[in-house]
Amino acid sequence: MDLRYSDAEQAFRGELRQWLAETLPGLPPKPAPTDWPGRRAYDTHWQRLLFDAGYAGVDWPVEGGGRGSSPVEELVFKEELERAHAPYVGVNFVGLLHAGPTIIAEGTPEQRQRYLPAILKGDEVWCQGFSEPDAGSDLASMRTRAVRDGDHYIVTGSKIWTSHAEVADHCELLVRTGDEDSRHRGISWLILPMDTPGVEIRPLTTIAGSTEFAELFLDEVRVPVANRVGDENDGWRVTMVTLSFERGTAFVGDLLEAFELLSATVALAQRTGAWTDAGVRRQAGHLRAELDALWALTKRNVSQAARTGIPGVGGTFFKLAYTETRSKLGEYSLSLLGRAGLAADDVEGGDGLGPLPSATMVEDWLRGISLTIAAGTSQIQRNIVGERILGLPKEPSGPPKPGAARATA
Amino acid sequence: MDFELTELQRELADGMRRLCEGQFTLGHLRTFESADEVVDRKDWQQLGDAGVFNLCLPESAGGVGLGLAEASLVFEELGRALVPGPLVASHLAAGTIDGADDGSVVVGIVEARRVGDSTVIPLVIEYLDDLDVLLVLSDAGVSAIETAAVGAVRLERPMDPLTPVWRVTDLPAGTAVAGPDVAERWRQAGAVLTAALQVGAATWVTDLAVEYAKQRRQFGRPIGGFQAVKHLCADMAVRAEVARCAVQAAAVTADQPDIGDLAVAAAGAKLLADEAAITNGRSCIQVHGGMGFTWDVPAHLAYKRARVLATRFGTDDQLAEQLAQAIAVSRGDLR
Repeated sequence: MDLRYSDAEQAFRGELRQWLAETLPGLPPKPAPTDWPGRRAYDTHWQRLLFDAGYAGVDWPVEGGGRGSSPVEELVFKEELERAHAPYVGVNFVGLLHAGPTIIAEGTPEQRQRYLPAILKGDEVWCQGFSEPDAGSDLASMRTRAVRDGDHYIVTGSKIWTSHAEVADHCELLVRTGDEDSRHRGISWLILPMDTPGVEIRPLTTIAGSTEFAELFLDEVRVPVANRVGDENDGWRVTMVTLSFERGTAFVGDLLEAFELLSATVALAQRTGAWTDAGVRRQAGHLRAELDALWALTKRNVSQAARTGIPGVGGTFFKLAYTETRSKLGEYSLSLLGRAGLAADDVEGGDGLGPLPSATMVEDWLRGISLTIAAGTSQIQRNIVGERILGLPKEPSGPPKPGAARATA
Repeated sequence: MDFELTELQRELADGMRRLCEGQFTLGHLRTFESADEVVDRKDWQQLGDAGVFNLCLPESAGGVGLGLAEASLVFEELGRALVPGPLVASHLAAGTIDGADDGSVVVGIVEARRVGDSTVIPLVIEYLDDLDVLLVLSDAGVSAIETAAVGAVRLERPMDPLTPVWRVTDLPAGTAVAGPDVAERWRQAGAVLTAALQVGAATWVTDLAVEYAKQRRQFGRPIGGFQAVKHLCADMAVRAEVARCAVQAAAVTADQPDIGDLAVAAAGAKLLADEAAITNGRSCIQVHGGMGFTWDVPAHLAYKRARVLATRFGTDDQLAEQLAQAIAVSRGDLR
């Protein structure tokens, strides 16, 4: 167990830190959160800067046009970006973390040539069409139907939680090509151009008031068969391959932000006088212990991925523990804001306290709520830990068979 | 950066696991239940031979010359097996008290607190009849007391059947054996090693609960198939693993001081490890249902031990306070 960074890792950190120091001051001002075209322009410009400097796809394999960095360098990359408050991956998320790696692993040479460079350069934006209104935790029950018609599929159905749909060029789309109840054996992975006729987008407003999510309605949308990645009915496996690209660093930025939120909350408590309360102090101390432990767990997961090339079970442990800690931290900061937390605007405190950071804290609190739900709810994660790691008996999967005897006492 | 165990570290942990499984079986431990003495001198010698006490002592002083990282792995195994006795104290005393390093002398530690101008000794101390030397750890340093001179009344119903306890009536002044810097170092190392014992126990009760949940059947199937039970077990596994990472990171910080603040890492590790051992112990009893409330199931031994260890080298309130103070002076940079 060695927590010191090697000379090569330190050198990588040094170069990156210098590049960030030179580059970040030249960025244009951040667009308003609701200005989606503006946000697309901002995020893709940032991606282009990364590309030109050789930092695009730092965690992508070299054969996909990426930098092929080790998991430890990836960790350093994300740590330095967060430390320098560089732009978040934003609208490039699905392309860089999901669709791109999938096409690298499972796409044809033509597909790689067509799509990968555009993702790395920030020329094209992707969105995700996996979940459906009736297929959330039970994704394999999805029903969006694709029927062959010559060299096209005709797709009809609906998708939900499609982030950045309004500004996306392509959608990674899971469709049912098998029988109605073929579950994970009858799913295919398609590339849907978002300007195809029959695609309708309805934005969803989140509890944070933001509109990055959308519902997608597909009415006899024609998608070329050539846009299928992997074999017909093999889309579930293709999807699982993509998920395995996660090498333990997915939450690095988020975790480091949580450290900052804790610092800011303690600073707030010190200003308002709440810090004289032992209970308030102990909660902060406890959160500190949890965040430190999660940072150590991140290093454990990254080290495991570096040695074995495959992510271990630690990612599931991390998601469960981190999202709970993050929830507590959100509640803690909101309670310390007191009535200044009744608005997501910075409020001038009384008695010469100066402005209280309500804007970021209210937003961080609300945003944090999604974490125990998105990318597999905590309940689904606990099933995974219980069944795949501890070897406990499985949940029944799929709908009950008609006429099957009820298992009761 | 590579936070995985080295080959040597893995072998060390495996070796200690084998020793414990051979020597410290539940049947063996239970022969000491509610006894005045829980340290079998032959067992203690065997632990000494295995390097439990002299692991961190330099080779020049007759030790193994390894770090706290290695010691934390060994102590996790001892915790897993619920090995009784003043393990941490005797490990810390190696090199300071003759004979502690090879297991021929059994050493205990009490932590004294300064309140105003006076030093306050805990009301209740463990293992008195097993000890050759009792050390008092305070801000002023470490002093040694002949155990025969300690006035104490044995308490007849110890909370943990494997931790005999006494109420102290008279504690004579001891002889100074080390200064405040050593006391501070012992406090931190003591917190890390005690936390390692807790992680071992937290993991063992998880295994115990999972095993039971697989074989116990109700409503026609194993209870571990029900989410209500499965999720309890999953939370136990997560809690133990998060605490383990904290403990190992703290231990590595002791060996590689440039990577972080040991006082903070040790406090955080102890806080989470205590919580993991206590909460997992309690959950293990819950998974066992009514049988968990009996002496037939060993879950209570782990749960009670966790409560004993949670009082050593920092309680949860003290540790959380210490971490809070560290944030307050950090000026926004927590890492």
